[in-house]
Amino acid sequence: MADTASAPTRPTLDTVAVATGDPEREQPWSELGLKADEYDRIKEILGRRPTSSELAMYSVMWSEHCSYKSSKVHLRQFGEIPQETSAGKMLAGIGENAGVLDIGQGYAVTFKVESHNHPSYVEPYQGAATGVGGIVRDILAMGARPVAVMDPLRFGPLDAADTHRVLPGIVAGVGGYGNCLGLPNIGGEAVFDPTYLGNPLVNALCVGVLRHEDLHLAKASGVGNLVVLYGARTGGDGIGGVSVLASETFDETGPAKRPSVQVGDPFMEKLLIECTLELFHANVVAGIQDLGGAGLSCATSELASAGDGGMHVHLDKVPLRDSTLAPEEILMSESQERMMAVVEPADIDDFLAICAKWDVEAAVIGEVTDTGRLEIDWHGERVVDVPPRTVAHDGPVYERPFARPQWQDQLQADAAESLPRPSTGDELRATLLQLVASPNLCDKSWITDQYDRYVQGNTVLSQPDDSGMIRVDEETNLGVSVATDCNGRFAKLDPYAGAQLALAEAYRNVATGGATPLAVSDCLNFGSPEDPDVMWQFAEACRGLKDACLELGVPVTGGNVSLYNQTGETAILPTPVVAVLGVIEDVRRRTPSSFQGAGERIVLLGRTREELSGSEWAHVVHGHLGGLPPKVDLRAERGLARLLADLVGIATSAHDLSDGGLAQALAEATLVSGIGARVTLEGDAFLALFTESAARAIVTVPDYELDELAALCARHGVPMAEIGTTGGTALEVDGQFSVPLDELRAAWTATLPAALG
Amino acid sequence: MRIGVVTFPGSLDDVDAQRAVRLGGSDAVPLWHGDADLKGVDAVVLPGGFSYGDYLRAGAISRFAPVMGEIIAAAQRGMPVLGICNGFQILCESHLLPGALIRNDHRRFVCRDQLLRVENNRTPWTAAYAEGQEIRIPLKNGEGGFVADAETLARIEGEGQVVARYLEVNPNGSLDDIAGVSNERGNVVGVMPHPEHAVEELTGTGTDGLGFFTSLAASVLA
Repeated sequence: MADTASAPTRPTLDTVAVATGDPEREQPWSELGLKADEYDRIKEILGRRPTSSELAMYSVMWSEHCSYKSSKVHLRQFGEIPQETSAGKMLAGIGENAGVLDIGQGYAVTFKVESHNHPSYVEPYQGAATGVGGIVRDILAMGARPVAVMDPLRFGPLDAADTHRVLPGIVAGVGGYGNCLGLPNIGGEAVFDPTYLGNPLVNALCVGVLRHEDLHLAKASGVGNLVVLYGARTGGDGIGGVSVLASETFDETGPAKRPSVQVGDPFMEKLLIECTLELFHANVVAGIQDLGGAGLSCATSELASAGDGGMHVHLDKVPLRDSTLAPEEILMSESQERMMAVVEPADIDDFLAICAKWDVEAAVIGEVTDTGRLEIDWHGERVVDVPPRTVAHDGPVYERPFARPQWQDQLQADAAESLPRPSTGDELRATLLQLVASPNLCDKSWITDQYDRYVQGNTVLSQPDDSGMIRVDEETNLGVSVATDCNGRFAKLDPYAGAQLALAEAYRNVATGGATPLAVSDCLNFGSPEDPDVMWQFAEACRGLKDACLELGVPVTGGNVSLYNQTGETAILPTPVVAVLGVIEDVRRRTPSSFQGAGERIVLLGRTREELSGSEWAHVVHGHLGGLPPKVDLRAERGLARLLADLVGIATSAHDLSDGGLAQALAEATLVSGIGARVTLEGDAFLALFTESAARAIVTVPDYELDELAALCARHGVPMAEIGTTGGTALEVDGQFSVPLDELRAAWTATLPAALG
Repeated sequence: MRIGVVTFPGSLDDVDAQRAVRLGGSDAVPLWHGDADLKGVDAVVLPGGFSYGDYLRAGAISRFAPVMGEIIAAAQRGMPVLGICNGFQILCESHLLPGALIRNDHRRFVCRDQLLRVENNRTPWTAAYAEGQEIRIPLKNGEGGFVADAETLARIEGEGQVVARYLEVNPNGSLDDIAGVSNERGNVVGVMPHPEHAVEELTGTGTDGLGFFTSLAASVLA
């Protein structure tokens, strides 16, 4: 019986005074993931051993996830890219919650992509759901209204048992959370590869829109200003390694070790969005920060170090779901749907009234000071007294050893160009049907039909279009466009080129819709940084991305790094997912990806080379990965993008060529519209259909625009070839084969429903 | 015409419904769930979303909002009320409409471009359509399966209270492919698909949904 059990014995609170008086106490720094030299450094900073609350804060803030300690030295180079776009200077850049771009007409846009990989493997639904929730709060914290989400996903083989465990849950989680927030999901990716078995990738992107004057930054300025925590109550979820401290602090009758995966409440997040936007509108927010990874530890230390340098927090004023939580646990909790604001005392009544209107709980938990210290009290006793910068920004930085893997040369020598190829028309037809039905190229409706793409009524393009496009202003029809891409096989063959190809594809996908690419956010998913092979992949990918961004004139506005994506010795394919955001002055003039009418000319833009290594054909037909990825030609990419911008209003459709080559582009353009095509291919028909050369697209134009198209191609230096005509009910390759669209569609759409039910 | 659009905590398509009302030629008047005040509107739209997170049962909590007391009384006096998706669920929970909406038979949320047949154009919300007209508008729901007991089903079929029916695909297991129903008087209509997402060529599935927002003025003038 519970009432006969003795009350839990609560050890003395580990205050600053206790820590000073008991310097030799054993502390579980190793269990919390700190290295011996990191623990020593904390003692050096404080001039004493840390209290258990301080130790908890440093351990999470100095973790790989929060401190970027392995990746920082490589990420710095993104700062060398000029922080401006063709539309103007960046209003906020790397280091803020998300970068903010000027898109004209007084509007700004912010976007960011982040990972939630490990939680989604442990608990697929909640891991994916809270991934969406976290990135949405990042965007909200900049002062923006979130307007769209996108989710690049990676899974193990479609027929693997664990894929059937994680995929339905991840998709339902992305949909369950995003749908309930009223954010259209306008694209993304779903890619299958054996290396993601046991390491699924859930990346989540959010786009937000704001007026220039609404920009808010994360800083606690103005001595005497109040620190307000609002949103959901703080509970024991997502505490992770800190449960080590909890179990040290309490005996077995104390709180149980909580699950490390957070649990999301999208309804609360929806209220938080509307409430926060109304707070901004009322002009009662002096500074703001979302609570995500590392919870209050992160929010308090980052706000304080970005502001006047001091903050005093009364931790016992934090509203709790579980009154038995210890101060260490409150500091570490990753409970979702919380925000922290800095509010001038004169505004606090208005602030709290708006929260009450939206049924959002709010509590004043502290104030801004000029002490230069982050001081946290627990029922009047000081449990934290640290310089906030040392927690938030002065974490360890590692120069991890990296070296080109010994196997890299052998991998690159094993080219797919020498594999046996189909030659007859019947063999080509069979290859086409096999490829369109393969997991990476098949119709993804089973996934995307679980996402609301219509809510807010501003979705102009969405999956299966090359990019997602959102109308920003209903009067002027200003809009933005986003695409995310990464071919991990290319990155494995050559991480430098692979990262550039990821950028090039996303850049091209934005351009095909008629938008001008402006800026980049990246989510760098790799294996263990302690493996020099992986670290080399990471270093090369960063270098490649930076060089390509410089060449294309697009800054990196922010992003995220996810390391340790590996099981045993096997790392995932290096997966630098690149998101590109573009702007379009008039969304009514966007170019769709699918054919729009019969009797139009199909024109192939760009140069086609024999590039089969890393291709879908080699992967699906031969299970082969080797050789060198397609040539990167950024000059050609830029020329193509400028041409596509000039073709707005001339081309009736434009579809990028990437995975699966021309064959897949034709299949998608015909299947989505139901309008067939007849094409004539010069030379080797197999190569023409299945090679994956970059910097290419197909466009359709009416006959009378052919001359104009030719003139524009000449002006931008883009090779063009008329390859056929739209119309009919089949996809026909002259002299080779014909496939009725019904048969092609049956092959394309059957795969995911057959595997997933 | 002045048409009110209610915002509940968790409403998502309220902005879209206001836009659709404007494009239909009427004035959109925002109404707040906590205010027992209809601001003198001529008709009301309950928009889609996840009011109160749908945590208890879709629409079950919103039905008790202060504004709903006014709406129920006005509807009983004959004021036109349209519920879309979550709004349909709230109207069923309020007993203004027959039947109930349960989880989709396949247990997944579904978003698709749905073909419908307008079965009854004698309501103030569907007068702009021809009887039997086929329209394609977005559908997006997790709990859209329309159910009713056999007697109720026979009655609403017999009385012509089925406003729209799914064609090609029954996306959620609704009985008799029912996509929308009205009350006996015809002034209260609920539809599961989203006409407010089909009011512009640029977005959604074209303009097939606009008729829901032009019908009112047309039926009053007639």
